[in-house]
Amino acid sequence: MEFALSSPALRPNLPALKVMKTFAQLGFPGRLIAVEGLDGSGKSTQIYLLKRWLELRGLKVFFSEWNSSELVKAATSKGKKMTLLTPTTFSLIHATDFADRYERQLVPLLRAGYLVLCDRFFFTAFARDIVRTCPPEWVRGLYSFAAQPDMTFFFRADLEVSLNRILDGRPELKHFEAGMDMGFSTDIYESFRIFQGRMLEQYLAMSREFSFNVIDANETVETQQAIVRKLVADRIDLPSFAIRKA
Amino acid sequence: MATPRKVRRLAPAPRTPEVVIPKLTPKRFYGEGIPGAEEEKLRGKLIVVEGADGSGRSTQIAQLVEWLEGSGHATVQVGLKRSDLVSEELDKAQEGNILSRTTLSLFYATDFADQVENIMLPALKAGFMVLADRYIYTLMARDLVRGMDEAWLKNLYGIALVPDAVFYLNITPEQLVQRNFAKNKALDYWESGMDLGLSRDMFDSFLKYQALMARQFTRLQATYGFDIVDADRSPEDVNADLRRKIESVLAGR
Repeated sequence: MEFALSSPALRPNLPALKVMKTFAQLGFPGRLIAVEGLDGSGKSTQIYLLKRWLELRGLKVFFSEWNSSELVKAATSKGKKMTLLTPTTFSLIHATDFADRYERQLVPLLRAGYLVLCDRFFFTAFARDIVRTCPPEWVRGLYSFAAQPDMTFFFRADLEVSLNRILDGRPELKHFEAGMDMGFSTDIYESFRIFQGRMLEQYLAMSREFSFNVIDANETVETQQAIVRKLVADRIDLPSFAIRKA
Repeated sequence: MATPRKVRRLAPAPRTPEVVIPKLTPKRFYGEGIPGAEEEKLRGKLIVVEGADGSGRSTQIAQLVEWLEGSGHATVQVGLKRSDLVSEELDKAQEGNILSRTTLSLFYATDFADQVENIMLPALKAGFMVLADRYIYTLMARDLVRGMDEAWLKNLYGIALVPDAVFYLNITPEQLVQRNFAKNKALDYWESGMDLGLSRDMFDSFLKYQALMARQFTRLQATYGFDIVDADRSPEDVNADLRRKIESVLAGR
């Protein structure tokens, strides 16, 4: 059902979405690897371990986090504090942040032949903004200036597992993080559960369309990391990213 | 005999003040719109004044506000870089000229969206006349001059309401230079398009940039069909033109 929503062929009234290309397809010497998944799925641990492995092999690696650009951080936190943000402005301000990082950091690094690791990419926005009632075509259109990751890992955990990881460790939930502005529930924990459940639906709907490498996040850290490393080694010519080429 | 005299002495009945009740016309968005906007409840009118700096936009808007309020209509004004959310940050970023094009474009769109949701929609719902000092057309023209993708811009600004009237104050770049100097004594960096590297000479760059902008506006006019108003006339003449057109908007024509 969710496929129908995002498939342009099934929506004849809408202009066909541009097929997004990967950096490899666009002829960049660098490669971009992204991880996606719910809060508490363990994706940050996995990309950290991937980064350590690549670094220790002496490769040109750069790590970039979603939402980390200094420039719009000020505006985001101000908006969040004053709860000024609506689904539309929330979406736009994150797109602005992404564009800033993309154009000033990611693209130059990829042109310089780096392996760029991203903790979340635009799939997070696709899932989150759509759950937050923004029109799917509009959101995707906003990000159409960007290329697709060369590899995307999706860490699929049972909803309850990831919920418990978050709710056990950090009981203080933030307003927007819990989707409290959406009126799902007046109880912040219940709201968070509903929000995360809908996010998972959106991720699963995108999984095939964007060829996610789905990793079972209920497995041990080591098992997951072994699979991730093997897939990366199979798909990317790692020796060519050595800091000093022979 | 006394009666008619008495009647004559009565003060003449005050003339019924003529306040035109604006006719409700349906509103729509250019694209996907804003979630939960309730377009059918937007009773007010959205009037946009476009044109380069020095074309007389603020003078015209000030006069329209006087006239509209004098005629019994409540007004509110919006413009670029006026949102509570990001206007300061945008200013700061522009001073340093550190943003790339897509980023700057999205930043402006954020500023615009914040005003749509927090000012324009509530005001239109309450039946106000919303006067916009510039609108998405300026934002689109600036980006088009800088080589950005038109389809991308159209999707982005699908959140904009279709105005009830759009006036483009048209004036040649040469006249603009004269008016800018009469007002500011110096040309503005961005209004001269200095980021484009058209010329290292600011005067030269200003003329080239404004000509490119005018060309984009002409292109956009074909799509969005706004009223091109000859702004190389006295402010009163221009205003009389605008009022006549707004009167017919109020009458729902």
